[in-house]
Amino acid sequence: MNPKARNPETLSKRPPRAERPWRRYLTIYAALWQNSVMRDMQFKLNFVLWIVVELMWFGLQLTFVAVIYSHTDRIATWSKWEVVLLTGASQFIQQLVHAIFLNNIVGLSEHVRTGRLDFMLLLPVNSRFLISLRTVDLGSFVGAASGLAVMGYACHQLELVPSIIQCVGFAILAIVGMLIHYALMFLLACISFVSVKAQGFVWGYYNLFNIARLPDSAFQGLFRIVFTFGIPMLLVSNVPVKLLANKLSSPWEIASLLLMGIGCYLMSELGWRYAVARYTSASS
Amino acid sequence: MKKYLQVLNVGIQNTLAYRLNFFFRAAFNLIPLAATIFLWRTIYAGKHDGAEVAGYGLAQMISYYLVVSIVDALTAVNEDDWQIAAEIRDGLISQFLLKPINYLAYRLVLYGAGRLVYLVTCLLPLGGFILYYSGSLQVPSDPLIYLCFALSLFLTALLQFFLSYTMALLAFWILEIDTFVFILFALEYVAGGHLFPLDILPPWITAALIYTPFPYLLYFPVSIFLERTTGQLLWTGLGIQGFWVLIAFLVAQWVWSRGIRKYGAVGG
Repeated sequence: MNPKARNPETLSKRPPRAERPWRRYLTIYAALWQNSVMRDMQFKLNFVLWIVVELMWFGLQLTFVAVIYSHTDRIATWSKWEVVLLTGASQFIQQLVHAIFLNNIVGLSEHVRTGRLDFMLLLPVNSRFLISLRTVDLGSFVGAASGLAVMGYACHQLELVPSIIQCVGFAILAIVGMLIHYALMFLLACISFVSVKAQGFVWGYYNLFNIARLPDSAFQGLFRIVFTFGIPMLLVSNVPVKLLANKLSSPWEIASLLLMGIGCYLMSELGWRYAVARYTSASS
Repeated sequence: MKKYLQVLNVGIQNTLAYRLNFFFRAAFNLIPLAATIFLWRTIYAGKHDGAEVAGYGLAQMISYYLVVSIVDALTAVNEDDWQIAAEIRDGLISQFLLKPINYLAYRLVLYGAGRLVYLVTCLLPLGGFILYYSGSLQVPSDPLIYLCFALSLFLTALLQFFLSYTMALLAFWILEIDTFVFILFALEYVAGGHLFPLDILPPWITAALIYTPFPYLLYFPVSIFLERTTGQLLWTGLGIQGFWVLIAFLVAQWVWSRGIRKYGAVGG
């Protein structure tokens, strides 16, 4: 045995790493960030072009809102600038998910197919942490900022001045919304463990992003129930925005977002454990 | 001719491997479609009975999105552009230069094979969906409309293919074509009529768009089917569509001949 480890003095000065895992993970995450910045800066033109593409898509969504509201004053209880606020908030949430998680989750099925996942499972860190956060997509932060800017303009048009509590509440609920997006996408990616042909599944998630930016009260019946309590797309952006715009009908809306957030995360953890247990490593 | 039939056969076999992917893609695509229909329903419900949006009643608006998804299933380019770009990047295209086969015709046949397989796999989800809304679906009675629709659909498929083919050929010059493909796709998404019927835009915008290639990637055949483009406008439209198909073909040929000169056969 290493004599140093038995020395009580060294022990007291430097607690074993396991006691402060969050610090270790912070250091690892900082290193991953550094890596991503370096990689992105290698392809500067590509980096700028992707930002242009994302801003174009955001512009399209706003065009859609403008065109629809040139033919109507309201969609159920939502006025034009309220929907613009909602579109901005969805953009903000979705782009942050892009920035932090999306590429990693899309990459997971490729790691499964090629068997490269072996190396990640062997590293002495939490595997899910590493797989979910390995790379950061910096360009998407620009997209998220554009979402915030549009939200600010919409608030101005609505003559809305949210209180500090509302802003903090929005931030917390938006984070819960991001975690829901992440958990569901991750769950979808876990299907690639069962079938390698399922790589396209994660892209199917784009269709769900499309629903998240629509006003909830435009929907009724089964569709509303499924996309509120099954796949909570009508909660992730709607609830934070309703908090900002004083549109919440009851505190239960916040509670259901929080509960669905916990539920989705637990489901994705179960799915992940089940999938890894079945992992057979493709190429070795 | 016989060799292209063989290509078609191989193409169908290859794409059949992705049938599960296609099936889920078709099913996933129904979610935003249903959401859009819901949204319009709510908008119409907020108006008085029998209200119209730029001449569209509710049933016709729903029909619009249903026919859009049919035209999209029949003509949208799937993976073809990524595959072409990958073949250029990895140097696999060299083998086609040595064989007595025309690469454009070869890819066109593969695109056709992909659409055939997609059509069959999406029949169940999309067909079921349309059946569910069949009460709202408005179909034309004049057989001539069907003929024009079929012709326009065929031209739309060619235009879709030539455009994607040309974009993919950019891989001769640049490594990653993704961003360019997405910019084109975004333009097509709004100016092609994916998001909303183009004739609910302010009239001067619609009038200007008709001369660009975008409406002919989707909107034009749909508007023929819904009998929103009729008479003189229909024939002029078909003429413009044919013109853009020809232009797109010539540009594709030109880019190919330039690209082949630049080509360095990486890895081959």
